[in-house]
Amino acid sequence: MPSDDPNHILEFPGGYTRSVGPVIGRFLSELRDGRLVGVRTRDGRVLVPPTEYDPDTGEDVTDEFVPVGPVGTVTTWSWVARPRKNHPLDRPFAWALVRMDGADTALLHALDLGVFDEGAGPPKFLRTGMRVRPRWRVERSGAIGDIECFQPEVTMITAPTRLEYRLRSGRALDRFLEGVSQGKIIGHRCDVCGQVIVPMKGLCPKDGVPTTQEVELPDTGTVTTFAVNNLPDPRAPEVPFVSAYILLDGAGLTMLALVAGIPADQVRMGMRVKAKWRPREEWGKTMANIRWFEPLDEPDVPFDAIKDYL
Amino acid sequence: MRDIAVVAFVQTHHTGEDTGLSETELLAPVITEIKQRTGITRFGFTCSGSNDYLAGAPFSFVAALDAVGAWPPISESHVEMDAAWALYEAWVKLQHGEIDTALVYGFGKASQGDWAEIATVGYDPYYLTPLGVDADSMAALQARAHLERSGAKEDDLRAVVARSRAAGRDNPFALHLPDPEDGDHTVAPLRAHDVAPVTDGAAAVVLAAGDRARELCERPAWITGIDHRAEPHLPGVRDLSRSESARLAGERAGAAGVQVAELHTRYSHEELILREALGLGEEVTVNPSGGPLSADPIMATGLIRIGEAAARIHDGTAGRALGHAASGPCLQQNLVCVLSGATNG
Amino acid sequence: MGNACAVIGVGQTAYKTKRLDVSVAGLLREAARRALDDAGLSWKDIDAVVIGKAPDLFEGVMTPEAYLADALGAAGKPIMRVHTAGSVGGSTAVVAASLIQSGVHRRVLTVAWEKQSESNATWALTVNTPYSTSLVVGAGGYFAPHIRAYMRRSGAPPHIGTLVAVKDRRNALKNPYAHLKIPGITREMVESTPMLWEPIRYLETCPSSDGACAMVLASEDAARQAPNPPAWVHGTAMRSEPIFFAGRDTVDPQGGRDCAADVYRQAGISDPRREIDVAEVYVPFSWYEPMWLENLGFCGEGEGWKLTESGATALDGDIPWNASGGVLSSNPIGASGMIRFAEAALQVRGLAGEHQVDGARRALGHAYGGGAQFFAMWIVGSEKP
Repeated sequence: MPSDDPNHILEFPGGYTRSVGPVIGRFLSELRDGRLVGVRTRDGRVLVPPTEYDPDTGEDVTDEFVPVGPVGTVTTWSWVARPRKNHPLDRPFAWALVRMDGADTALLHALDLGVFDEGAGPPKFLRTGMRVRPRWRVERSGAIGDIECFQPEVTMITAPTRLEYRLRSGRALDRFLEGVSQGKIIGHRCDVCGQVIVPMKGLCPKDGVPTTQEVELPDTGTVTTFAVNNLPDPRAPEVPFVSAYILLDGAGLTMLALVAGIPADQVRMGMRVKAKWRPREEWGKTMANIRWFEPLDEPDVPFDAIKDYL
Repeated sequence: MRDIAVVAFVQTHHTGEDTGLSETELLAPVITEIKQRTGITRFGFTCSGSNDYLAGAPFSFVAALDAVGAWPPISESHVEMDAAWALYEAWVKLQHGEIDTALVYGFGKASQGDWAEIATVGYDPYYLTPLGVDADSMAALQARAHLERSGAKEDDLRAVVARSRAAGRDNPFALHLPDPEDGDHTVAPLRAHDVAPVTDGAAAVVLAAGDRARELCERPAWITGIDHRAEPHLPGVRDLSRSESARLAGERAGAAGVQVAELHTRYSHEELILREALGLGEEVTVNPSGGPLSADPIMATGLIRIGEAAARIHDGTAGRALGHAASGPCLQQNLVCVLSGATNG
Repeated sequence: MGNACAVIGVGQTAYKTKRLDVSVAGLLREAARRALDDAGLSWKDIDAVVIGKAPDLFEGVMTPEAYLADALGAAGKPIMRVHTAGSVGGSTAVVAASLIQSGVHRRVLTVAWEKQSESNATWALTVNTPYSTSLVVGAGGYFAPHIRAYMRRSGAPPHIGTLVAVKDRRNALKNPYAHLKIPGITREMVESTPMLWEPIRYLETCPSSDGACAMVLASEDAARQAPNPPAWVHGTAMRSEPIFFAGRDTVDPQGGRDCAADVYRQAGISDPRREIDVAEVYVPFSWYEPMWLENLGFCGEGEGWKLTESGATALDGDIPWNASGGVLSSNPIGASGMIRFAEAALQVRGLAGEHQVDGARRALGHAYGGGAQFFAMWIVGSEKP
């Protein structure tokens, strides 16, 4: 049909008035009361929704109504990516045949699986065998629409947590970052092992003694070992990028940092590098002042000289 | 069972605000001091207690290891609980091990977050956490249940706070807080003074076995009984007016007959509940240090109770003392450690 | 070593990307009930519970021992929670064992788990605070350089990692609980997958899994009443070292060497390759097999890759490693260490099913974590020590 407004409407004013008979009437009356019932056939099966006859044999059903549900199992489904005007939901949803617990036949209804953009494909968790429950309308009139739709059983809840902290860096780290904010890399020399620890912690993790003697290190160093990362990271320039352990000149241990300014497949163990600082006006009290390390035009350091820092 | 004693206890001068030290920096001087005091640099076992949510990041215990000097590598473990449970783990290890000494420590900087809110994520994730119910509100439910059953009044709670704060002002390591004045309720029936103050701090204890303990300490505080018990989690399935798990733990640890008790009371009413559960009469001195109502460095607070109780044995002011630690909402989990100047209790 | 301790029950859940059919408690109860069934016990027979998992941020449930206490039958009992990073599953078992060895309890239930699908592992492992000094995130970015350093030091050819990836996944096909099952997996298949963090390819890494593992540990008298054969604990050890310090060997960490030496001494083992029949070792990236072969003393330095290449660690080799498929096939992080310990126990009990190593009498369970700085190990045997 063209997208223009329709030029003819067929509508019985006020809607048809249908008599429902005892079996469907009982079902809809129960539905209006918020209950789902089925009817038992002579051979013992339970039909939901009930009919006055056994669909297999044509015989009258018994007058025994039995409560079913409240949970049902999806026996098959279709997915509506672009709902029509008369559909019960105005966002993508499924049509499903639902066999209520205690029933032997299935009921057709809409199945709401949450919020999807128009045109979205079916979610992976929608599948035959899925357990679903009715969502009841508050105002009910005795119609199948008294169940607004079905929805999956609760299998998961989302648990947003947001906790607020006021963290401080600690004195040693604060001093280190103060240095970085001035373009300097500061470490501590341990009085026991004589090694320079950078970033310093105010103590030597190996010897367990306090450290206070500050040493300023150059922003040049050597790549000891590295990885080529093919998964994107917001801090890296592009994929692939290189994460490397860098032994700053004069330091006793390596720092983990990005290496850029060279194709990833040309990075080498022993390669000489220098910090690439952000423009001075962007500097803050943060390690992010150093964007990454870039190669220096110097010969590689032999493996023997770095093998003890791996 | 081997005879195990608390032979040393060191804590920070706790503060009510962030002084700019990281957790590791808070802890390092405590470790240095306890090593100097015992003359031990390598312990048979090391165990700590800390909490990632308190620190706001995962693996808070990894950085803390820097303060210990874990080289050459050490035999070490960690519980994501109050360090009192780390002490329990170390005590168990000493019972069967080939080792004679253990270092236990805990630390916390409550100033960095809002602990009452953080505690919410420690509750049942389906029925409690989604409600956003906080630790103070949960505690207030328990306070109400206890007041209604026992007939105690809010005045009785204020008296607990007044006594605790007065004792805290005599303790150089605690916060020095004024006498309580009636302000508004935080969550009725609890007022601000009924709640432990925000505190940063750290503490360490050294345990030693048998003759090693006698070498290291003139008057070792022997652990004659230690036990911990839990009860069901949801508040609606328990009698909140009592603490059944504290009663059980106290009975099994031999709480009867102590002269001093250091109780992990983050809320004033918990003292009333615990006194009853542990059978502590009027003659028992409770929280001579000022208790958590005067200093509550979370994750170290329970360990400090054991340390303070041991210190009363070390200095000869008590022959038998008790340290208690609690965890979970409404005193869900309780640990009782009974200490004595004599190995036979 | 204290009193004798035995594993009398083992229970595992199926390991899957998402266990959407269960709550956290349901996941743990599934493993715990299976362990109790194996031990012929019910909840009331248990004296104490020890649980372990990686950071609480994974599920967003802080100090979960509180919420789980009654779900694990611990009302009126002691329950505690261990956390030692990736080694936690092993450490938790060690702590549980010490409750028996000390004579404090007779029957202890221990459970380790992770339900990774409730959040995102990379987020939970590397929440950045305002003062982070690292310019790199993620486990691959951390470990890949160490693997490169190993390759350089040992001269190992690049296909060794592929061999481990294939071997462990083939073993997984025989393990009903394993997560990754890739029938017909070949070297070509592994080599055709992309490099995630060179030199680590996609199929050389572990999956993210939901799952739990449980064990019932018992004293000697309790073990004598158990319906199924016990696995006796011959030794347990833990070691830790700081993550960054001058002179640290991250490829062959001293903590791992010391931990192994300690546990071998307790078990009276001087030649692990000959005296251990099967090993379940924490290998989350395939290259960690040759690296740990050396670190654990199964061969000399620089020789690990040769052992792997020779097929010695295959199910039909002389020292099978990770007959269960290992961490490369199932990785509910907090449980991964305990699964190693439990699989070692199943082997010496003769209950490992299709991946049983014939005649296994002594087995190693191994776990590591953090920046390869936390280690937990145990040796279990079919005979009481």
